[in-house]
Amino acid sequence: MDTQALAIESPASERRLPGDLAIWFFICAELLAFCVFFAAYAFTRAKHVELFNAEQLALDRNAGALNTILLLTASYFVVRAVQAAEAGLRDKVAPWLAAGFLCGSGFVAVKLVEYADKLGAGITLSTSPFYMFYLSLTFFHFMHVLLGLVILAVLWFQARRGNYGPDNGTAMNNLHSGASYWHMVDLVWIILFPLVYVLR
Amino acid sequence: MDNLTHVAAPYSTRRSTVVWLLLIAATLATWTVGEEGISGPAAVASLLLIAALKSRAVILDFMGLRHAPLLWKGITLGWVVLVCGLIAIAYWKGMP
Repeated sequence: MDTQALAIESPASERRLPGDLAIWFFICAELLAFCVFFAAYAFTRAKHVELFNAEQLALDRNAGALNTILLLTASYFVVRAVQAAEAGLRDKVAPWLAAGFLCGSGFVAVKLVEYADKLGAGITLSTSPFYMFYLSLTFFHFMHVLLGLVILAVLWFQARRGNYGPDNGTAMNNLHSGASYWHMVDLVWIILFPLVYVLR
Repeated sequence: MDNLTHVAAPYSTRRSTVVWLLLIAATLATWTVGEEGISGPAAVASLLLIAALKSRAVILDFMGLRHAPLLWKGITLGWVVLVCGLIAIAYWKGMP
């Protein structure tokens, strides 16, 4: 309680990490993996500029942009859920999380349509270096979205029981940890979308 | 106890909403560059700058690292600079 009172008196002077330290180590490992993947894409492209530029045009930019908006909106809804919990508005936490989950599910639906389209056109990992990266990079990210959705579902289930509130430090820590993971998934897509769909 | 449960959250919902709308606007800007088929060093630089600013907003405002220990702020914001820097170098190498 003392630390909470202190945080309210001086929120800026007491710097702290939202959520568990372990989740932040995990997030750093994920970010490092994506950094290597992005660099590998960009430097491979430098050797096959014309091929990458030509095949990039075949991607559905509308789907890519729509998915960016869905992930950003999902992240915003998760932020609102955390803010509701911090403000003690227990009954508002679950609906915000559910809205975030719905937007994340929308991302999955759009991506599946995109994959069906590409696979239907006979495109595989061995079609070209560009499609090898397009498929593996977006699928690696896709798996993270799925894990993020599982986490949001667990948080939603806990929120429905009214577990998240400013007087429950352990529960708030879990909520912050799950939210941080979800934002990481969003953060990575913010780089992935321009890199793979637009930059030329 | 009850007095404390209703203290305002450290991040205002209004600020989060403004950040969210700016992120959507930035996404539409990136999409427009793609639709217009704009390429070249200026387009690459602009798109990477937009992506970096969006990433910074997500890190500071959505992840809430604005008030995190400087080490963690440095690691995450440093990741953005590293990734965008590597992409910029690779695209520069691929210029005709």
